Amino acid sequence: MTWTDLKSRLADEGYIASDDLAVALQLALSLGRPLLLEGAAGVGKTEIARTLSAVQATRLIRLQCYEGLDASQAIYEWNYQRQLLTIRAASEAGETGKAVEDRIFSRDFLLERPLLAAITQDVAPVLLIDEIDRADEEFEAYLLEILSDFQVSIPELGTIKATTRPVVILTSNGTRDLSDALRRRCLYTYVEYPDRATELAILHARCPQVAARLADQIVGFVQRLRQEELEKTPGVAEMLDFAAALMGLGIADLTEDAAILQSTLTTLLKTQADQAQITPEVAGRIAGKAA
Amino acid sequence: MSRVTKFAGRDPGPAARVAGFIAHLRENGLRLGVAEADLAMAALSEVNAIRPDESRRALRAVCTGSKEEAERFDDLFDSYWMDMGRVRQKVIPTPSTPASDDVHSSRDAKGEDAAAAGSATAPDDQDGAADSDGTGKLIATQQRNLNRRDLRDLVRPEDIAEAEDVARRIGAALRDTRSRRRIAARRGDRLHFRKTIRHSLATGGEPLRLLRKKRPDRTRKIVAICDVSGSMSVYSRVFLAFLAGLMRADNAADAYLFHTRLVRITEALRDKNTMRAIGRMSLMADGFGGGSKIGPSLMRFADTYARRFVDGRSVVLILSDGYDTQAPDMIGAALAKLRKRGCKVIWLNPLKGWSDYAPVAAGMAAALPHLDAFKAANTLADLAALEQELTRL
Repeated sequence: MTWTDLKSRLADEGYIASDDLAVALQLALSLGRPLLLEGAAGVGKTEIARTLSAVQATRLIRLQCYEGLDASQAIYEWNYQRQLLTIRAASEAGETGKAVEDRIFSRDFLLERPLLAAITQDVAPVLLIDEIDRADEEFEAYLLEILSDFQVSIPELGTIKATTRPVVILTSNGTRDLSDALRRRCLYTYVEYPDRATELAILHARCPQVAARLADQIVGFVQRLRQEELEKTPGVAEMLDFAAALMGLGIADLTEDAAILQSTLTTLLKTQADQAQITPEVAGRIAGKAA
Repeated sequence: MSRVTKFAGRDPGPAARVAGFIAHLRENGLRLGVAEADLAMAALSEVNAIRPDESRRALRAVCTGSKEEAERFDDLFDSYWMDMGRVRQKVIPTPSTPASDDVHSSRDAKGEDAAAAGSATAPDDQDGAADSDGTGKLIATQQRNLNRRDLRDLVRPEDIAEAEDVARRIGAALRDTRSRRRIAARRGDRLHFRKTIRHSLATGGEPLRLLRKKRPDRTRKIVAICDVSGSMSVYSRVFLAFLAGLMRADNAADAYLFHTRLVRITEALRDKNTMRAIGRMSLMADGFGGGSKIGPSLMRFADTYARRFVDGRSVVLILSDGYDTQAPDMIGAALAKLRKRGCKVIWLNPLKGWSDYAPVAAGMAAALPHLDAFKAANTLADLAALEQELTRL
């Protein structure tokens, strides 16, 4: 599969990828390297993993990172409660020693967390490690080990080797610097806001019922809005919400009714300062230019 | 494709060219190892490498690791592959490479004199004239000083060692105990139930040993922004040493310089060789000792870097005298924006140490309502004394 094939298959699933992203994704698949995606919130970093798993007809395993995430949440944990119950039951039945021990430290008592689950699938899944920058640096180091060896050592059970190698996609919003070691191990792409044509294609793929003229206006409006100095620039997801809101209200032309346009802006502007900045006049002016 | 570089006939082949390209990137400051050259070859064999745009995309995915690198990559790619016959070409000067050449020169020995000389600023040809007139009034110069001054003349290794110590103590003073998530600890305030149960397995399910957890101290992230404009040059030595020391003492710290524009020097200062780090910093601080644009610089910081690196656990240290050539209300707006991210803002002003100083400079007055602390700092000793104050924040 070449990257152009991949791109068109992603498009069939409703994801319009830029050429850069398609090439990087194709390389990640063929070279078996993790792909690190950075970019502003709402440019479709998480969505690409979901679409890729659909294209490959495989599972998507997602690990949402947060501060304090540790191995027991990300890799595996023993099911202590169940182990205890088994010990109690065994001692009442008069059973002791090695047999019980073997039983309570078997795979049945192991709770698989996303990372372990990802390497023990029959069909290689897509592993999405979302917002890796939110996890602590210690966890990053641990992650590196798994990403390079694709095996997990469990002291009581031995080493579990990967049955299949998952396609790994990491996303980062850049709230802290990632370590060089992690960056080195990954392919890298910075996902930009889409240009006008791409965004139109996205809108068309996601909301085919939007009329061509309105779609043009919506995309033009959002693209111009991104040029304004906002605290939170609206992403692609916001644009789709905006389109859905306009469709729901049955609007055919953005410049038609300033009051309704203003009320639908709640889908695009997510802070009070931004909403104060884009007054009805400003919104009308932008809409007029976009039309 | 007429722009494609024509390699010499005796060129050994594509593999060598790719290796050459990796070396070219490395010379320009991208950190790439041997494994990357391998990976780059593998990547090229996966795409249609005859087409420059495809190989550009493939190599970009492999060779870059951050947004900044990805942005520079195009120029570097062009200068190597699209150069019409010449293999090497001078590209944009980068911080990393040339700095190391005269690291061991005798320059640092005369650091003292140079620091003294640094106080004289080029007089300004505009009306906001001149620097010190001896009455405690320093007026910011508007001109960008284009003579590059070497910061290595200003900072000595001993200063950095001392500053490192100070910075470490300040870092320790700025502990934050607000973590909500508990971790295992010998003397905690709560039972670590999961761990207790886990350990009770060893005693047949009887929890004989109770394990505890507590709220850990989380370190605050220090973000230091240092003014290196002409009016500040007397104090530069102290502050630059402090920045260098801070970066060495604290892995999470972040440092910036500004005069008429803002530069991030964190990466440069992380260099293991102290003097080379200072050298890299001076290359980045091109225009050092010129005029100051505090408002625009802080605004730029709030709009760009702060979004990525400043959060509720950050303490932003601004080292500046507050003499700005731009409108003062911009400082206020920038600080207000910064404060919204939940960080603490501390302004260290060297002039505040003067006996009859009052923050009358318009910039300083505009900043005051947004500060968590406004302190004097002229010398390393002063900075060290801050430790007490900062603990109380």
